[in-house]
Amino acid sequence: MADRPQGEASAAGDNRPKLSLHVPEPKFRPGDAVDFSHIQVPEAGAQPRPDETTKPEDMLDFAHGLIRVLGEDNKAHGPWDPKLDPETLRTMLGHMAMTRAFDERMFRGQRQGKTSFYMKCTGEEATSVSASMALAADDMVFPSYRQQGILIQRGYPMIEMINQIYSNRGDKLKGRQLPIMYSSKEHSFFTISGNLATQTPQAVGWAMASAIKGDSRIAATWVGEGSTAEGDFHSACLFATVYNAPVILNVVNNQWAISSFSGFAGAERATFAARGVGYGIASLRVDGNDPLACYAAEQWAANRARANAGPTLIEFFSYRAEGHSTSDDPSGYRSAQERDEWPLGDPVMRLKNHLIEIGEWDEERQEKMDLEAAEYVKKTTKDAEENGILGHGLHHPFRTMFEDVFEELPWHLKEQAEQAIHERETKFPEGLPNGGKGA
Amino acid sequence: MSDTATKTAPEAENSTERRLNMIEAINDALDVSMGRDENIVVMGEDVGYFGGVFRCTAGLQQKYGKTRVFDTPISECGIIAAAVGMGAYGLRPVPEIQFADYIYPGLDQLISEAARLRYRSAAEYIAPITVRSPFGGGIFGGQTHSQSPEAIFAHVSGLKTVIPATPYDAKGLLISAIEDNDPVIFFEPKRIYNGPFSGYYDKPVEPWKRFDASVVPEGHYKIPLGKARYATEGEELTILAYGTMVHVVEAVCREKGVEADIVDLRTIVPVDIETIEESVKKTGRCLIVHEATRTAGFGAELSALVTERCFYHLEAPVERVTGFDTPYPHSLEWAYFPGPIRIGEALDKILSE
Repeated sequence: MADRPQGEASAAGDNRPKLSLHVPEPKFRPGDAVDFSHIQVPEAGAQPRPDETTKPEDMLDFAHGLIRVLGEDNKAHGPWDPKLDPETLRTMLGHMAMTRAFDERMFRGQRQGKTSFYMKCTGEEATSVSASMALAADDMVFPSYRQQGILIQRGYPMIEMINQIYSNRGDKLKGRQLPIMYSSKEHSFFTISGNLATQTPQAVGWAMASAIKGDSRIAATWVGEGSTAEGDFHSACLFATVYNAPVILNVVNNQWAISSFSGFAGAERATFAARGVGYGIASLRVDGNDPLACYAAEQWAANRARANAGPTLIEFFSYRAEGHSTSDDPSGYRSAQERDEWPLGDPVMRLKNHLIEIGEWDEERQEKMDLEAAEYVKKTTKDAEENGILGHGLHHPFRTMFEDVFEELPWHLKEQAEQAIHERETKFPEGLPNGGKGA
Repeated sequence: MSDTATKTAPEAENSTERRLNMIEAINDALDVSMGRDENIVVMGEDVGYFGGVFRCTAGLQQKYGKTRVFDTPISECGIIAAAVGMGAYGLRPVPEIQFADYIYPGLDQLISEAARLRYRSAAEYIAPITVRSPFGGGIFGGQTHSQSPEAIFAHVSGLKTVIPATPYDAKGLLISAIEDNDPVIFFEPKRIYNGPFSGYYDKPVEPWKRFDASVVPEGHYKIPLGKARYATEGEELTILAYGTMVHVVEAVCREKGVEADIVDLRTIVPVDIETIEESVKKTGRCLIVHEATRTAGFGAELSALVTERCFYHLEAPVERVTGFDTPYPHSLEWAYFPGPIRIGEALDKILSE
């Protein structure tokens, strides 16, 4: 710098162009007409299906294309068709419909003040339900926060989910976690963190452990496209490839991270599947709103992992049809038309139409199923409310606040627990409310 | 309770006269643990074939195989995260972070994940991980190979933090840490890997084998976490210290003829409050010494605990001797280090009041 000309002379004498910073901007903001014609949607069935043991460098195209099975004609096409029997397809549809009914009810419950927070997965049901169906029930999953479809598919009792959402005395996590941060070891479902992408390298570690022990179980993890920006994601990719870990890294690209579009995670330059390529990981880019393609891709990756052929990164290209959570209003940052114009449609509708097309379903049965799902969720919600809703006293006993910080209570936590109980007794000298139930 | 660092080794089962330095004692603890529990895995940068930059894992890969002792990418986030996942599977990982100064990229995985897994899952998942890491200065390591970040970990609920001061303790504490079902940060004071340190950097290092605390029994033994040790006993004052500083204060007291209860804390979380109270109530004076930076260092917590619990027994204000609130400088590291002058003046002050 020292020998550069200073002041005006430098502006006149410097013929190099001025630098400019690029700040990504989504194509559409509130009120804008939406045109998604820039998104390339290949014909269903157009992509070949490589062998599961194919070397990553021999399948680079799969990181940039889009694996699709269900076509505009509602028929299944091409080599990725998993050829599931109609009963399995109906089961898949049922889990997705149940997930949607559950989301509707819980969202409403939050609006009614029964809990603090909720997150729907509307439009992304296939990325959890269909993918989970392609795994074995004892394969370990490390989900992010929008994979409630996995628990529903794995038969986790819905009342446990609602108890957790209400943080009531029935909540087996003892009211410690933000709603929807479930945990179920029995269902091989890892405790959800709330910090983003931390689960991704943990899943790789679990898969490494399974390989160290000569086990046959594999691990699968889900992360949003926005969270692939975290260093943890890159650590995960590196460890997965270095140790050839039996793990599936699912990236759900739903286009939005709260109000930030995928461009802030790098989507203007490359696909998210392409991130795997640099690490030498087999990478598939999949129509995330196509339940059959989601199933087929996850099954391919599971076969690969089980064959000791290594990890797979799957980008599920999808769309977040609702807000990030109950805490944001998407009409404040994106065009309301996006959802209707999304070129890959809705996963529940697509599977339903496929089943009708092959003569295995009809509108009447769909209506009946939706009604039954809504009724089941309603009844289960009522049952859960017997255990209380957030902020109404029917929480776990005070002492549980200090348990599980360590396996055994050290002296300083014992002292603090005594203080908490003293405060409780000072506030309620006549005894605890609700006859002490749960308080 | 009155075993001392340099005079007598504590009794242990199957005691022999085998003498080890701290590196060998740590290696022995890993070896004994791995031999007893096949779910223990050791991983970290350069820990495999090479045996670690300080040789703490030497020979382990040869003995236990590449899938139980292996090198990792230079990614502390990945190392800790993989350990969390392995712990969830049912393994008992013992990752090494090559220098405590490198641990920060792994902090989210330690603070938000490992430390909270048991709590957030209501004990469905635990993180039985022991993170070993050499820490502290005095080896001309500059500002990125000399730090003492123990207070950061002490501040986190759900983590235990252990710091040994002798080879005998290093083995027994490390075995306890590995067998503990909670995540443990195990900081190894690298300045005393080869011999205790008097605080005089210009004097040659005396090897551990000249000291009784280097008598390390073969086989399995444990020193419970959360239990302090009297390095020396005396009536004049209590000195709370851990790691390298235990030996420095011992040397200074010896030189000045001060008879002190030197309490080697061994574990800073959970800290042994009973021993601290017992000693301070006896002596009425308390000096706290650590190598880490002063502000919000663990000495502040100790000072608060002593003041809260022993105030009416105190005959002088609690004093702290620490490193300065600067990065650890390379050429001026002995100006940074809380050495004999700083400690000696604090002793004079506290004993004159």
